[in-house]
Amino acid sequence: MKKMRIKQHTRTNFLTYLGVVAAFIIMNALSANGSLSRSLTGQLVPICCYMSMAVSLNLTVGILGELSLGHAGFMSVGAFSGIVAAMSLQSLIPAAPLRLAVAMLVGAAAAALAGLVVGSPVLRLRGDYLAIVTLAFGEIIKDLVNCLLVGVDASGLHVAFNLTGSKTVEDLGMQPDGIAIIKGAQGATSTTTIATFTAGFILVMVTLFVVLNLKYSRAGRAIMALRDNAIAAESVGVNITKYKMMAFVTSAALAGAAGALYGLNFSSLQATKFNFNTSILILVFVVLGGLGNLWGSLVAAAVLTVLPELLRAFSDYRMLVYAIVLILVMLATNNPTIKTFLNWKSNGKEAA
Amino acid sequence: MLSKLVPVPSGSMIPDRDIDKRPILECISLGITFGGLKAVEDFNLTIGRTEIAGLIGPNGAGKTTVFNLLTKVYQPTKGTILLDGTDTHGMDTMKVNRAGIARTFQNIRLFQDLSVEENVKVGMDTQMRYNMWSGIFRLPGYWKEEKVAHERALELLSLFGMEDLADVKAGSLPYGAQRRLEIVRALATNPSLLLLDEPAAGMNPSETAELMENIRKIRDTFQIAVLLIEHDMNLVMNICEGICVLNFGRVIAKGSPEDIQKNPKVIEAYLGKQKEA
Repeated sequence: MKKMRIKQHTRTNFLTYLGVVAAFIIMNALSANGSLSRSLTGQLVPICCYMSMAVSLNLTVGILGELSLGHAGFMSVGAFSGIVAAMSLQSLIPAAPLRLAVAMLVGAAAAALAGLVVGSPVLRLRGDYLAIVTLAFGEIIKDLVNCLLVGVDASGLHVAFNLTGSKTVEDLGMQPDGIAIIKGAQGATSTTTIATFTAGFILVMVTLFVVLNLKYSRAGRAIMALRDNAIAAESVGVNITKYKMMAFVTSAALAGAAGALYGLNFSSLQATKFNFNTSILILVFVVLGGLGNLWGSLVAAAVLTVLPELLRAFSDYRMLVYAIVLILVMLATNNPTIKTFLNWKSNGKEAA
Repeated sequence: MLSKLVPVPSGSMIPDRDIDKRPILECISLGITFGGLKAVEDFNLTIGRTEIAGLIGPNGAGKTTVFNLLTKVYQPTKGTILLDGTDTHGMDTMKVNRAGIARTFQNIRLFQDLSVEENVKVGMDTQMRYNMWSGIFRLPGYWKEEKVAHERALELLSLFGMEDLADVKAGSLPYGAQRRLEIVRALATNPSLLLLDEPAAGMNPSETAELMENIRKIRDTFQIAVLLIEHDMNLVMNICEGICVLNFGRVIAKGSPEDIQKNPKVIEAYLGKQKEA
């Protein structure tokens, strides 16, 4: 029986990877022969980012069982630190793909650090404190970036906080050759867009790899155990705070990498893009796809990102159709019949 | 690294901790008050290294509170707990478990959504050493330790003949099997003292008889001490070597099963005072 269960896990995981690869190949082929609309082509990278955001949030909400309402805040930290990294390394690393990879790593590290700062006091507590604190975190990050001025010149980075509203880019004291990267409320402007669909595909694959392998290892077992029953987990010696931190910081780091890719896909980006609505949107992907169900998150993120664009033809009925599709996605990913079908091998034993 | 995963000892093996014969657990004037209520007061108990001891008393006597004090779910407001001669003062539940106390719960607390085998493996978590990165990148440490953990989990489950249920979700097990799985999970933490909170609750007589056999088997195989709370007097009188009776948070009697059965204070606590004619 053991072998069969391994097969079942591995089969679901394998099919998830395979689905992502197949979708990538199909979309690549379609965009190569020009049968994708312009708006959809422009959506490819954001879709990859949202997929990755949904999978990483599923680690916190579905697998760890803690509610986070500020996932967009980590995306924001990753986006702006990634943009700063990419813009300031332009002359040092001329190869765009390498620079993108470095920027995503910087974004992941910055978001992980933010996750550590947010998580270390809150995850020691029991209860819904994380939801409240992450909600506040998202708003704080938005306001912080709104008054942040960053520029780079030959002598290095210049950073200033425009707390009084009187400072401008000139106050950074850059040499004439310097470029402003983040201009307060205007956000990041004239960013060199180096994000590619291939990078988005790799991001989704890496996110899936990290979350799936973490879930099916010692750490994932402990994380799901403390979700199911914290008192029992403690009574068998599981270090609850450590594992909560591990899941939360990993989730934040993956969101940071996705944010960096997202940021480098647009020549201009404001902090208000990553507001509470975006956090809720990602949470909707996770809940619709099913808590703890990673391929469900992928499908929900892709469908719900493309849908508003595709539904433009319906004009007035757009939101009505959107709602119907929401219900259909929910049925498709949370349907007990489909779940039973997918798990029939392991469930067959229980029924006996 | 791998040696941290202690294999199941065979009956003939005596663990190092048993070489000297000091008691495994000593409670010295242990007490806790909730507000003004003295839930447990002046509780003294000594348990030998391979003893099966019972803790009995009427409902609300404070038996589970004693378990919660021993495992630091509550911090005692008075007294000392010595585990193998070490004061457990300042330890939390996690550290007390690592120091050697494992328990089961009166209202079963399994990890419902994990499989039976995974439940047992969570119990082994403290003995596993591969880190998060080995887990994510599937480094050799992951494969080695997971293999040992898998074999040990099946070995522990086979004590109760549950190895065939390894892949079933814990939440879907029948009641008796859930109680047994809790015991196996507690054993997986490699304890020197096992606390069982009403292990026979809800079991029929034949299941109870089997449980008695299994508790003895656990003690003999692992050479550990067992302290159990139980209302089934048949079970308590049959397998316990020492019994402690609690009433209203105080110890009213201690001794062998024979002494306890004859003790007038115990009879009074359970049946009430006989009216004078």
